[in-house]
Amino acid sequence: MALSVDIRKTMGKFILDVRFDAENEALALLGSSGCGKSVTLKCVAGILKPDEGSIVLDGRLLFDSKKKINLPPQERRVGLLFQNYALFPNMTVVDNILSGMKNERGEDRRRRLNSLIDRFYLQGLESHYPAQLSGGQQQRTALARILASKPSLVMLDEPLSALDSFLRWHLEMELARLLEQFEGTTLYVSHNRSEVYRLCKKVCVMHQGRSEPVRDVAGLFAEPGTLTAALLSGCKNYSRATRIDERSVFALDWGVTLLCETLVPEDISFVGVRAHYFTISDEPGDRNTLDCTTTRVVEDVFGSIVMARSTTAKSTHENSHIRIETSKERVRRLRPGERIFVRAHPKDVMPLRK
Amino acid sequence: MDFFPLYNSLRVAAISTAVAFFAGIAAAYYIAKTPRIVKGILDCILTLPMVLPPTVVGFFLLKTIGPFGPVGAPVLELFGGRLVMVWYSAVFATTIVAFPLMYRTVRGALESFDENLLYSGQTLGLSNTYLFWRVVLPNCKQGILAGTVLTFARALGEYGATTMVTGYIPGRTATISTTVYQLWREGNDALAYKWVAINLVISAVVLIAVNLLESRYAQPENAARDALREDALREESVRDGALR
Repeated sequence: MALSVDIRKTMGKFILDVRFDAENEALALLGSSGCGKSVTLKCVAGILKPDEGSIVLDGRLLFDSKKKINLPPQERRVGLLFQNYALFPNMTVVDNILSGMKNERGEDRRRRLNSLIDRFYLQGLESHYPAQLSGGQQQRTALARILASKPSLVMLDEPLSALDSFLRWHLEMELARLLEQFEGTTLYVSHNRSEVYRLCKKVCVMHQGRSEPVRDVAGLFAEPGTLTAALLSGCKNYSRATRIDERSVFALDWGVTLLCETLVPEDISFVGVRAHYFTISDEPGDRNTLDCTTTRVVEDVFGSIVMARSTTAKSTHENSHIRIETSKERVRRLRPGERIFVRAHPKDVMPLRK
Repeated sequence: MDFFPLYNSLRVAAISTAVAFFAGIAAAYYIAKTPRIVKGILDCILTLPMVLPPTVVGFFLLKTIGPFGPVGAPVLELFGGRLVMVWYSAVFATTIVAFPLMYRTVRGALESFDENLLYSGQTLGLSNTYLFWRVVLPNCKQGILAGTVLTFARALGEYGATTMVTGYIPGRTATISTTVYQLWREGNDALAYKWVAINLVISAVVLIAVNLLESRYAQPENAARDALREDALREESVRDGALR
């Protein structure tokens, strides 16, 4: 019982080349906008046709270019939650949900309808039209409608990205509940690393139409491995780098040698350090210390952001500016133009491939 | 006063509106799916009658359905009936002239239709036929209604092409617009004014109908409703948050 996707599709200059497998679990497709996440979902749903490859769901061939199989969306048993929920505006909540169970009749149909209404807290809203519902109610109706069609796979396309942060958290909790209860495979598309971290166990990073191997979400944040994954997981500082030996790299844009706790692969070209793992001190340290001049001190909501530039760096590339996120107390007296020493612990230094 | 022109005009306009209604929706629906170049060409051809002078349309029509035309001649031979200078000749003329209004209005409505509704319906297992009748059409209802009213109004007021294919035969082919022209030529101003008044009333009714249909689209109302909904939404979240 699983989903296996291996497809290629050319659209003008954009080339989609995606490969991933998912068990009965929530798999996140993480990538910046325009990386082909939504196109991938539409290919799996049967709305778009890939040029070649295959899509297998629970042993059923949904698409296979060699065998010339391309099931229409109606026969794929794949639920897709759109960002705008795509409820039928001319139908009530009940009719919207019933449109997902066209093949059932009589008592069964009524029982299942009632259980969906209960499960998604839609009591009292049965005869409301989508325009009369709040965003949360619309999402619940859309999810109920999808589950009414008994899908083997549920795909969620950026379900939370159009919402403000308060409502977002509220709806995220509901999605988490659904993901826990749903027994099939779920694909969760997002560009938001925190959402992915909280809702999914596995993640597939996508970059410019290409997918990276599926991995654990926790692993992605601890050891991103590639520059794309590091940036998507929220790493703000990176520098071009060359490998010195298996425990150290030279960061070109920062002009410093950094020791790493992890093994440095042969083919690295970047090194990254997360903004809140840098520490600031007034005295020069022995290892992994950058001699910097502060360029800006920005006060943020719950902390401060210090922008600094390494004095030993020859590069004027924008990466040569580093960003340090720390508590407000630590930077209270800091002014732009001051000399500071910025340290990164070897366990926080991430060697990255391209 | 002989009311035949009113009856004839309404009859002609009703039939041509019915034809343009189905043809316009079908054309708009299927042309929207064709590749861009094909769409551009078909779009030009189907909109042409709207921008051409009606007399040019009438001229082409006479050449086609006239007794010596490629359509008129065989019909005359097979059925022994003429297609010009009879009351239903006006149906051909008004249908062709008014069709682009229906086609373009419906196309506009289909273009602003949210395709995700169609896609989500397909993934739910709903057939394309079901989706067309139960989702696409109801959600384009206002555009379709507006197009129908405009088509009817245009068909009712058509003069140029109609007069060329039907002429003016009192009690046989006379319509309101051809009657007004004839009465003016005869210098019968009193009767002409009566028909002008009838025309004004019909036009006013049509315009009010179009405005009523369009005001339902009105932006300010939607914006206000959205704003209210956002507030309700926030309240709901606060309430739910408190419950948890």
